[in-house]
Amino acid sequence: MKLFSFLFTSSIGRKILMSVTGLSLVAFLLVHCSINACIFFNDHGKTFNEAAAFMGNNWLIRTAEIGLFVGLLLHSFQGLYLWASNGQKRKQKYHSTPGNANSKWYSRSMGILGSLLLLFLVLHLSHFWVVSRFTDELSETGSNTLFHKMSLIFKSPVLVIVYVIGCISLAYHLLHGFQSGFQSLGFNHPLLNPIIKNFGIVFSLLIPLIFASMPIVMYLGWIK
Amino acid sequence: MTKSMKINLKVWRQRNADAVGNFADYTVDASPDMSFLEMFDVLNEQLIQNGLEPVAFDHDCREGICGMCSMVINGRPHGPKRGVTTCQLHMRSFKDGDTISVEPWRANAFPVVKDLSVNRSAFDRIISAGGFISTNTGNAVDANTILIQKEIADEAFKAATCIGCGACVSACKNASAMLFVGAKVTQLSLLPQGKPEKESRVVAMVNQMDAEGFGACTNTGACFAECPKQIPLSVISTLNREYLSAKLSGK
Repeated sequence: MKLFSFLFTSSIGRKILMSVTGLSLVAFLLVHCSINACIFFNDHGKTFNEAAAFMGNNWLIRTAEIGLFVGLLLHSFQGLYLWASNGQKRKQKYHSTPGNANSKWYSRSMGILGSLLLLFLVLHLSHFWVVSRFTDELSETGSNTLFHKMSLIFKSPVLVIVYVIGCISLAYHLLHGFQSGFQSLGFNHPLLNPIIKNFGIVFSLLIPLIFASMPIVMYLGWIK
Repeated sequence: MTKSMKINLKVWRQRNADAVGNFADYTVDASPDMSFLEMFDVLNEQLIQNGLEPVAFDHDCREGICGMCSMVINGRPHGPKRGVTTCQLHMRSFKDGDTISVEPWRANAFPVVKDLSVNRSAFDRIISAGGFISTNTGNAVDANTILIQKEIADEAFKAATCIGCGACVSACKNASAMLFVGAKVTQLSLLPQGKPEKESRVVAMVNQMDAEGFGACTNTGACFAECPKQIPLSVISTLNREYLSAKLSGK
């Protein structure tokens, strides 16, 4: 354990942990988005429900799910700790600030964006994950599947707006986090740097856009 | 003769590290050709003539190479221009009648000595922790005994242009010193003379950096944007990489 204690004790160790957990969450987003995008087959959720059932029943995926939650918790608590401790490093604040002259607003707002995402996640997990894992409310087939649960939740315009705001926070969090994760791991390559940067931008916009379109199309009744 | 310009200054005055500071308003007639520090010299002469205490500020070479001058000008370390130190900033970068706010570097690790002068010896202690090579000096050897690839030499030299002024700390929202430490670590570890100690060096310097109370880097890039020597962010990724590999090898 001593070998890895630096991940919780040193400034660079802490950000390496942020980056490893963050990039794993990025990988998870890709899987989550692909599975959910099955609703766009517009087959009354048949493909989506099958994919969800596979994810729920496969023991490898269920084991990975535990790792995912550990990663999520580490990322959240480490992030909150860094936010609080970094904020203490300049007790006497500046009176005039440069605004966006030397950095992007979202790169300075990862604590707020991350906290919004955490709040959103509590709501989101209680909507779907808790219901499907810990209650008998849903079945894999019939008229009470996960897909039906989605249609039900996204009947509420308030929740649709909350989900879209969650996706916007995610997009800005990723716009900084994606390339920042590679920087923290010490990744630096003359040919790969621009690829990481550009792929990061596309990923950060595309994934949240696909996610955000789901509640919207279901609310509008385009996907039934 | 160049036209004189009227500059309104809001200057941070603070008697010592423990005193409560505040802004004082002054007006100076400056020439557009003056450097920012020369404008402060004029202000101080005015203050002395009026029997008031001059403003304390750090300066030395006034050629942009010593790293002594500081000043956060309108919220930006070394002022609004990229790649220049305060001593190389000229009044022509401002307009007649402008109001300019001037504050010291602010970070817990850089306590104010007086007014705009801050104590940056935390940087010296980081260097003492490992920012050197341990070598027995004998006769001077031929410069070409150890061959170094041109690209490597250039990269090391680029990192070595860091003058240790602390603008990176001052610009960072977390008061992180990683651009400075990254520059020193990169400069030494790229060259064959610095390689043997690279693992113990990076760990010792990072430990000292944390002990001094600097924050953790969140990759906002503000340090690079304000660095008068434009030290690239890649030195921070080098620092991260070397630290990670040193730690994983049990250092």
